[in-house]
Amino acid sequence: MRKSIVVVFLLAGLLLSACGAAGETGTLSITGSTTVQPLAEKLAESFMSSNPDVQIDVQGGGSSVGVKAAGEGTSDIGMASREVKAEELAQFKNMQVHVIARDGIAIVVNPENSVNDLSLDQIRDIFSGKIVNWSEVGGADAAITVVAREEGSGTRDAFMEMVMGKDALILDNAILQSSNGAVRTVVSTTPNAIAFLSFGYLDESTKALSIGGAAPTEENASSGVYPVVRPLNLLTDGAPEGLVKAFLDFVLSADGQAMVREEGYIPVK
Amino acid sequence: MQNKLQVDKAVRTVLLISASLSIVIVVSIFIFIFRSSLPAFKEFGVQGLLGELTWRPANGSFGILAMIVGSVMVTLMALVIGVPLAIATAIFLAEIAPRGVQAVVRPAVQLLAGIPSVVYGLFGMVVLVPLIRRIPVAGNSGYGLLSAAIVLAVMILPTITSISEDAIRAVPRAYTEASLALGATHLQTIFQVLLPAGKSGIVAALILGIGRALGETMAMIMVIGNSVILPAPLNDNPLTVFLSQARTLTGNIAVEINYASGLHASALFATGVVLFMLIMIVNVSAHAFLNRSNALAN
Repeated sequence: MRKSIVVVFLLAGLLLSACGAAGETGTLSITGSTTVQPLAEKLAESFMSSNPDVQIDVQGGGSSVGVKAAGEGTSDIGMASREVKAEELAQFKNMQVHVIARDGIAIVVNPENSVNDLSLDQIRDIFSGKIVNWSEVGGADAAITVVAREEGSGTRDAFMEMVMGKDALILDNAILQSSNGAVRTVVSTTPNAIAFLSFGYLDESTKALSIGGAAPTEENASSGVYPVVRPLNLLTDGAPEGLVKAFLDFVLSADGQAMVREEGYIPVK
Repeated sequence: MQNKLQVDKAVRTVLLISASLSIVIVVSIFIFIFRSSLPAFKEFGVQGLLGELTWRPANGSFGILAMIVGSVMVTLMALVIGVPLAIATAIFLAEIAPRGVQAVVRPAVQLLAGIPSVVYGLFGMVVLVPLIRRIPVAGNSGYGLLSAAIVLAVMILPTITSISEDAIRAVPRAYTEASLALGATHLQTIFQVLLPAGKSGIVAALILGIGRALGETMAMIMVIGNSVILPAPLNDNPLTVFLSQARTLTGNIAVEINYASGLHASALFATGVVLFMLIMIVNVSAHAFLNRSNALAN
């Protein structure tokens, strides 16, 4: 009797260890962009539930922190919601950039606004304060209220990089809000407002403008017709190996990319 | 007997520890904020932080003067709007209102204190801001000092009202009786006897209101616009300065701390040190006034 119990336990033990060997083990630290963070957390949760012996810690800090953390090896994986800059690549020569999703940045106005299309130059001039009235871009005679995100926001960084360029600054008396949601509320309640918003936050409360004729749709963003699209990147120091590779493979798998779409971003595969 | 004394002693020690705990917490918070702000103070100096107008973390400028001005201006404006209202309510409750009316008005005013500040902010954002935007001045977005000051005025109303009411009630009955006996009317008694006699309590109420106003964060972020500019008139009319956007010290920390690291984070802690100092000064003076008014009442 006693013998058979021992056998059962042994068998159960074998079975369990066999399961463990099939999954991954170890810990993984991911640091960086707060735009990528919620997506990375979802992906990590899903990865951990299919690999119970893996512990993944996801931390914010911003894209620059993410690049540094991956480059200096303080984290296994860095997150960046913008292109990695040339000087960063020069500093961290082994860095590998893995695009896991894309995110369009829409230029939004109040639904009552009659303007439907702006060129990149017009957008730059509006946000830097050179164009101050909607009549200058074909709208009603009303002063433009510029709404933007605060310094350090990844969405703002990406907007600055892709639209404003090196020298133009967002004008000083822009209304600043500290989240995409707050920006959307301000634009939806302010008739003459203009702002930039991540595609994930678009709904009927604001109107997204075409840029140079390209409508802000997912198709245009993934084909490259819509000009303001940023990559969401995971960064590794050197080629990914072991657990890091397993996680990246999962992110780029059909399941992982389905989660990317669920979170409102554009899948890359 | 011996046992009872020991219990007594033990309870006393527990009470002492509980009381000291808040001091320990305040001191450790201050040490933490101050230490975290040291790198910024070392890098830019007191002058570079407190005396500079430009705040552009991406370009390495960390001047918080515009935020100091913003905080002070919105607080003063809130006082100008809120204090007359609060003191009038206090007089009404203490001297004029019949019991039945008091039983409705007092809880209503106290209820204001219980509304979360994010609700005030939301109300300001969707009701007040669109109203202010109707003032026909070019560049008036509705977001700015005036909207913020009105919201803030309502938020400090309960603090000032209840402490002022207590101060008026604390004036000895004999004063009122003497005044009425000398032939003064009820209103004359209120304005020439009760208010002067309750002065230190009312001043303490104002100072506590200032403290509340300086520390308010969420509602301010939602309606003041958060632009880092020195408030300036929008056109030739100097009054339009009240429609200008601004940023408060508290707003500066709350809006930017999410992404801040290194010197940027340290400069935000320096903003916290300035705020801490301002509120310390305000609270210490409030207590000084309260003590004086208590001494007078006794």
